[in-house]
Amino acid sequence: MKNLVILGAGTAGTMMANHLHSHLKYPDWQINIIDEREEHHYQPGYLFLPFDIYEPEDIVKTIEEFIPKQVKLIKSKISRILPKENKIQLEGGNELAYDLLIIATGAKIAPEETEGMKGAEWQKSVFDFYTFEGALALRNKLRNWKGGKLVVHITEMPIKCPVAPLEFAFLADSFFKLKNMRDQVEITYVTPLSGAFTKPKATASLEHLLTEKNINIESDFAIERVDNEKKEIVDYGGKIIPFDILVTVPTNKGDDLMERSGMGDDLNFVPTDKATLQSKDYTNIFVLGDATNVPASKAGSVAHFEAEILTDNILRYIKGKPLKEEFDGHANCFIETGNGKALLIDFNYTHEPVEGSFPFPGIGPMSLLKESRINHMGKLAFRWIYWNVLLKGTHIPFVSATMSESGKNYN
Amino acid sequence: MEKTIAGKSITVNEEGYLTDFNQWDEKVGEELAAEANITLTPKHWEVLKYLQKEHKNQVALSIRKIGKSNVVDIKEFYQLFPSAPLKTATKIAGTPKPASCI
Repeated sequence: MKNLVILGAGTAGTMMANHLHSHLKYPDWQINIIDEREEHHYQPGYLFLPFDIYEPEDIVKTIEEFIPKQVKLIKSKISRILPKENKIQLEGGNELAYDLLIIATGAKIAPEETEGMKGAEWQKSVFDFYTFEGALALRNKLRNWKGGKLVVHITEMPIKCPVAPLEFAFLADSFFKLKNMRDQVEITYVTPLSGAFTKPKATASLEHLLTEKNINIESDFAIERVDNEKKEIVDYGGKIIPFDILVTVPTNKGDDLMERSGMGDDLNFVPTDKATLQSKDYTNIFVLGDATNVPASKAGSVAHFEAEILTDNILRYIKGKPLKEEFDGHANCFIETGNGKALLIDFNYTHEPVEGSFPFPGIGPMSLLKESRINHMGKLAFRWIYWNVLLKGTHIPFVSATMSESGKNYN
Repeated sequence: MEKTIAGKSITVNEEGYLTDFNQWDEKVGEELAAEANITLTPKHWEVLKYLQKEHKNQVALSIRKIGKSNVVDIKEFYQLFPSAPLKTATKIAGTPKPASCI
């Protein structure tokens, strides 16, 4: 019997377990999935926690309920991957041999990478919303806050869900308007990029929205340190931005396991072929989701599209057929813009987000790169889709793994 | 588009980055630096050569990488090429503007 091991039971790993268990069956194959955690979190929900839109129970379930029965769930910390010996070393010394390995260990925040970020003001006036604890601490702060300078900040790229900090700024604008205290809050959006987003057409649309919502933008800001005493952030060029509340997206890194195993780049992301999702160093290792270094967004939709393609490639690999170079970087993201509206963007490695209709060319019902209520409904419905369709590896009707160019206005 | 610099015609994109590194030489670099109000010192040249070497090796550049390059630390990089150093320095080096991924 052969062993396939999946590291990480988050969005990407869970989807792979669900995709593969119907193809790779006992007694020929045993699929194992390793994760030390008990809970599976709907990470896009972290954005809504601080504004009391979602409750914690909306976004937390157990890992178990999404893993098929035939797949063996091993709850353990992983000490090291020994890629040359095709083995996983678990905490406590047990070893697990694999024939095929899938790495889906994700990315997480590393506030300790920036001087002073995790200092005396951490979770007092300096917050993140990329962790459950951070989002909850921020919720408690915002409930009683009397106003002042709110700074929404990105430390460096790449980050998970690059649109989330923008959504945070838009939702904050709505939140304070609803509380009748918008005039007491100055919102500033601070980014290391030259504009609101990484792609030009979306940047223009999003900057227009920032202006409309009276949100200041500070671009090209490369943070050097957080000054906890003066409550300001300072960049390498000497620019200073004061805050009463700093909502930062710290540096994102891959799992420390990659460093321990000598398999990551300088941010612990795993060098991965961007079209086949095979590891660049080991042919029997595949990588997907936030753990890779491919130049696509780190987002659940990307992991979903990757999972469909990677399933094919793993079956091809097992049969000794050449891998398909099919993954095109496809990402599909809702962007909450506040006041019950949202934008939708659909893009890949080579095509930036533009206006158009989705998923049916010329029909919609969702519009691309334009604010609408139906896009917002789509974003809210997505939580149900995530738990009931996406994690189970069910194909989402009319949405293909590779991006479609029709119905879009490229000029 | 075409642009005449240091007495020769070079091709640049709409943001002013050279589209063909073969058209770059040190005179072009000096002139591009002057456009950015920078006078190149030996330290500047060391950084520019490093950027060109990494570009040749197809290494994706970031501020973090520069900080770990052992050529210059981030603080000094900002002193050499003020405000948006990576963008300014790559333009002078004749290499593409670093894609700030995603």
